[in-house]
Parts: sequence; C-alpha cells; structure tokens
Amino acid sequence: MLGFSADRLRADMNRLLALLFHQGVLDEQFLQLQQLQDESSPNFVLEVVNIYFQESERLLKSLRALLIERELTDYKKMGNHLNQLMGSSSSIGANRVRNVCIAFRANSEQSNRAGCLRALEVLEHEYCYLKSKLHELFQIEQQRVLGAGVRYPMQQN
Amino acid sequence: MARTPVFSRRRRSDQIDTRDRFPTSDSEVHVLAVDDSLVDRKVIERLLRLTACRVTAVDSGIRALQYLGLQDETNSQVGFDVSDPGIVNLKSFSYGFSFMNFLGHGFVKKQSLKVDMIITDYCMPGMTGYELLKKIKESSTLREIPVVIMSSENVVARIDRCLEEGAEDFIVKPVKLSDVKRLREYMVGDEKTGSEISWMNKRTVRESSCDEASSSPSISSDSSPSSSSSPSISSDSSPSSSSPPDSVQSTPSPSEPSSPTSTQSDDGSK
Repeated sequence: MLGFSADRLRADMNRLLALLFHQGVLDEQFLQLQQLQDESSPNFVLEVVNIYFQESERLLKSLRALLIERELTDYKKMGNHLNQLMGSSSSIGANRVRNVCIAFRANSEQSNRAGCLRALEVLEHEYCYLKSKLHELFQIEQQRVLGAGVRYPMQQN
Repeated sequence: MARTPVFSRRRRSDQIDTRDRFPTSDSEVHVLAVDDSLVDRKVIERLLRLTACRVTAVDSGIRALQYLGLQDETNSQVGFDVSDPGIVNLKSFSYGFSFMNFLGHGFVKKQSLKVDMIITDYCMPGMTGYELLKKIKESSTLREIPVVIMSSENVVARIDRCLEEGAEDFIVKPVKLSDVKRLREYMVGDEKTGSEISWMNKRTVRESSCDEASSSPSISSDSSPSSSSSPSISSDSSPSSSSPPDSVQSTPSPSEPSSPTSTQSDDGSK
C-alpha cells in the first residue's frame, strides 16, 4: 500500500515536471539543480529556490517602484534589476520568467514606459505561476519523502 | 528503493553520479568564487564542492581582492579572524608575510587559505569580473592563479577580451556540473592538458558544449569521464575560521556522512 502511494506521488511529480517543461516554465537547468541534490545536501533545490523567491520578490517590488515614478524613471536601474533577475532565473531554470525579463529589458532600453508596464504585468504573472507550481512540486516531494520514511523499519538492514 | 542515511557511493540508476570525485591531491583544491548573486553563489558553491573543492564565496571583486590580500597590503580588517590559532591548518598558509606574522605575534593577521583557482562572474556592480581579472594578472603574487570568467551573455568580443587578458576559460551561464568538471584540469596543474589548450581551442570547445546544452534536456557528463573507482573521502582537514563576514562563506567539501552543508570542525587537523 505504502509502496503504491510512493509510486503514485513520484508519477504525480514527474507529470507536473513534464508539464512545466512542456510549457517552457522550466528548462534543463532545473534538472541540473536536482542532480546536485543528494544525501549530503538533501534540500539543495528547495534552498536555492527559496533564495530565488526572496531575491525575485525584492526585485519585482523595486521594478514596480521604479515604474510608478513617472517623472524621472530610472531605466538604467531597471535594466540592472532585470539583469539580476534574468541571471538568477536562468540559474534555476526559470525559462519563461527569464524570457519575459529579456523583453522587459528591451522596453527599458528604449525608455518605453507603456511597454515596461505591460512587461511588468506579464512578469509578475509568470513569476506567480512559477512560484505556485514549484510549491506544488515541493509539496509532492515532501509527501514522498515522508512516505518513504515510514518504510524504513520494514527494510532489512 | 530506500535511501540509506549514510553517505553512499552508490550510483543512482537514472542520474549521473554527482558524487564522482576527481582524485584529490594531498591538499584540497581551494577555489575562490566571486558573484554578486546569492542564488548563483549557492549553485557554484555546490557544483565546486561536488568536484571535491573547498570553496570560499564572496559577493564582489573588492572582497575577492581583500581575501587575496591585494586590496590592502597592510593589516586588513576584512576577512577571517582566526581566534584560535590552533585550529588553523598550517599546510594551507600562503603569502609569506602572513605566516611570519602568525609566528611572530600573539595576534593573527587576516589569514586566507591558498587559492588554487578563481571563478568570477563578469557582470557585477562596482568592479566587474574583467577588472578583477586584470588586477589579478597584474599582481606578481597572484598572476599564476587560473581565473575563470562566467557570464550569462554569450558575447564573443567579451569572451575574447577576457581570454586575451589571461583568463583560463570562459563559461556561459547557467553553469553546469560538466563545466565545473572541465575546470578541474586547470586546478590540478600542468600535468593535465588543460593549460596546453590554446585559447582558440577553448573557444571552440566552449561553443560546441553550448550547442549541446541547448539541444536536448538530457544531461550527460560528456566531458572527460571521471575515474573514480574509490572517491576519496578525506576527513575534513581544512577547518574554516570563525565568524567570517556575512558575505564571505567558506565551506569544506563534503567528507563525512550526513554532514551539514557548512561545518566547522573544531579539532586540530593533520
């Protein structure tokens, strides 16, 4: 019974991952992160992604604050923030978020305020979607680990 | 398939063995990683530790220079404070003046472990990776240390400029395990072919590996196959000093079963 649900959870996780890959939300770099996780660093992906969430939310807030400033919009600073967000997104495999950053940056380089506002909307949306899906992924993984933990006493050592 | 809680060398069937260890020499290879992004620092640190390197990660070129002892020739307040000289690994001393200070005085000047390689991001506020590279190559004490540049932008002119300035290699982000494994050749020394590869070849190698990376999601470690019949798990012999500044982390490579990611050993090492 327990074995069945562990397989079920693994299947759920794989299905979700496949969907996210298919949608381009995640790319192969996310797989690379998973491969860096092992017994010596069992929560590596979660730790990195949590840092990414913190950094990203800070950057998104800053971007919005910069755009609210109509008179002296600091497009250069915007570009710097976007470079940071692009970099960290690519490092964790957040493909769609990174792509939106690229489009956003093009708008900021042209000082196109309307374009930037639109891009920011899309960026916030993409980020929210990514965050909720990754949370889902981690929840499934956590259930799987918990389930596996129960099986230990049944193993022959 | 239950996972044993003990550090296992067992290969996972469906993944590359990230615990492939390159044979370590007597002392661990120590890499200084420079990147302003915390996400990237964490990733590069993990990648390096998985290739049996000791890693010190700093968040700017300035801090890197301070760590290397370049920024401030006299007594610098930034860096590690070795409050208990007994735990410092004597084998790892570098830069003669530091050693003499240790011997001659009750206090210990900022101690840095010898750095075998520097890997730095290109785009950083303040001092760019390129500027850091130049400063290192201009220094008589440090110019021998191989420097690798990382960048998320694949700009040929930028790459050429870095390689001409003396960078050992140029990695396009996101950095993968295969990239870091390739760098081992530079760290181990000139007995490997790494230092003999001309920079023209390096560019070709890097470009082709970029193409491979973008073709399919499958990740295979296709660079030099690691010969890890028995990955050496040495006991942690390079303790990190106490109370480093927030932006500087030094973590030894994993050596003990279920060790937390940042351990500080408090026993006198060999």
